[in-house]
Amino acid sequence: MNTKTPILIKRVVTASSLLILLLGFAMVLGISMGSTDSGIKDVFQNLLGTKEPGSMLYTIIWQIRFPRVLLAALVGAALSLGGLVFQALLRNPLAEPYILGISGGSAIGAIIGILMGFSRFPGVSLTAFTGSIATLLLILAMSSGQTILKKDALLLSGVMVNAFCAAVIMFLVSMTQDSRLHNIIFWLMGDLSMVDMKHVGILAATLLPCFFLVFWLSNPMNLLLMGKEMAQTLGVNIKVVTFTLLVVTSFMVSATVSYCGLVGFVGLVMPHLLRLVFGPDHRVLVPACVFGGGTYMVFCDLLARTLPEQGEMPAGVITAIIGAPLFIYLLKRSSR
Amino acid sequence: MNRAITAKNLSHSFGEDLVLKNVSFQVPKGDFFIIIGPNGSGKTTLMKIISGLLKPRNGELKILNRSIDQYHRKALARTIAFVPQMTFADFPFTVTEIVLMGRSPYLGMLGLEEENDLEIANQAIAFTGLENLAHRKLDQLSGGEQQRVFIARAICQEPDIILLDEPTASLDLAYQVRIMDLMEQLKTEKGITVVMVSHDVNLAAMYADHLLLLHNGQVLCQGLPDKVITYKTLEAAYGCTLLVDESPLGKSPRVTLVPRKYSIRE
Repeated sequence: MNTKTPILIKRVVTASSLLILLLGFAMVLGISMGSTDSGIKDVFQNLLGTKEPGSMLYTIIWQIRFPRVLLAALVGAALSLGGLVFQALLRNPLAEPYILGISGGSAIGAIIGILMGFSRFPGVSLTAFTGSIATLLLILAMSSGQTILKKDALLLSGVMVNAFCAAVIMFLVSMTQDSRLHNIIFWLMGDLSMVDMKHVGILAATLLPCFFLVFWLSNPMNLLLMGKEMAQTLGVNIKVVTFTLLVVTSFMVSATVSYCGLVGFVGLVMPHLLRLVFGPDHRVLVPACVFGGGTYMVFCDLLARTLPEQGEMPAGVITAIIGAPLFIYLLKRSSR
Repeated sequence: MNRAITAKNLSHSFGEDLVLKNVSFQVPKGDFFIIIGPNGSGKTTLMKIISGLLKPRNGELKILNRSIDQYHRKALARTIAFVPQMTFADFPFTVTEIVLMGRSPYLGMLGLEEENDLEIANQAIAFTGLENLAHRKLDQLSGGEQQRVFIARAICQEPDIILLDEPTASLDLAYQVRIMDLMEQLKTEKGITVVMVSHDVNLAAMYADHLLLLHNGQVLCQGLPDKVITYKTLEAAYGCTLLVDESPLGKSPRVTLVPRKYSIRE
């Protein structure tokens, strides 16, 4: 028996490869389907490069669908991971960046950035990050001390922060009179249509290091679930770990918000589903959330693109339709 | 100089509130050491200081003849294991997964356990008699079973000293004895020093090698059970009428509470 083999590796690899396969399937499906009818065969010929460039389908696939599917995968991964981290840090299975209002605060920052005429990156991303950190501090201050352990206090704070953010967003939107209005509203509801490869590349370059950092802290997250005292006496520097995770998560969330607005409940649905399948160990769940969250978002975006007869709807509509009832179900179950 | 813990003039305050005043004591290696005292006497604060969760305002604390400040976070975790009073079972970890968490201070950069870690965890599970529950989820267990899981987790940490904050509180009679027996076994079979905070003076008198009686943040009395558990010291600490005689099992003092209707009027 080899005593040097990490016993969890098998589970991590199994879970990850299963979900990578699913993600691959979802991405191929996402690239194949869209408002322009195209046979799967044509798409594959394009993907494999056996068809000459220049055709309309080639352009649609490589310049519209491919970046969009990649964006969806990145956004889904970041949001699922964000939910997972918040649930661990706040020791509350119902925590999620959108529900807590972190996304909302981030959106306020982003709109201010857009109205001031900043570019997507780094301008709007930075104002979004500022907004998310501000709301995070607000929520932590509101529910600090003993009450942070109480589910209801935290969720109520989140609901109120969210309501406040929605009001501020509406205020900002109503002040906007020009053509940016439609864009802002559509973007607000979670829109993945406005990207090109360059921006997807920038987003990937900022998110990937965050994924690795969170994975590196996945064992301390396990220990934090057992309570701060136990984590600390097991050698975890809880201040550094908590601070790093909160900042990294807010950063991931604000990066996605500045690119595609408010996509809600992904961070609730995926961690729960994956925890049911793979158990609560974060060393398995972190990679699972990256690949599984990506898969989920690619599917949601595909539905958003193909369900309406004409045009498309924001992907945030689909995630909310699936996520909100699940949240209510979980809340009801946890209060039993 | 075989001392597991040496405390000299430990003081601590929360704001203006002085909760510990010049507390000094020594715990020999392999001792069963129990800290007793009324509510608010500073027991839990003292426990948190020994476990490294709190830094004392004043005084000196040595763990295995080395100042606690000289320990790196993980080195301290390999020396002292702490079983807190409040634990959480919101997330569906299995018994084995929780016990394995005790290996954390030994893991490398990625924080992944290896086969030999699992073996140590399984031994801890066997030691605490949890074999049949190893794959159950924590929230499916009773309070006494959960307490044993967290003790197994502490054993898995392979420490020199185990600290427990009222491990028998809220357990039924059978489990109280079972947990205390387990701690004694830990001391005699593994040579681990056991330091415990307890509310139960009788259990403390029966199991402890040495007792420390705290009152208003100060040491009222310390030493062997017959010296600490007397009518005089307990009445001074708790401020109620008590009867102290010898346990029918012999060897240790027994404390009986005296309700007002039985007390002798002067």
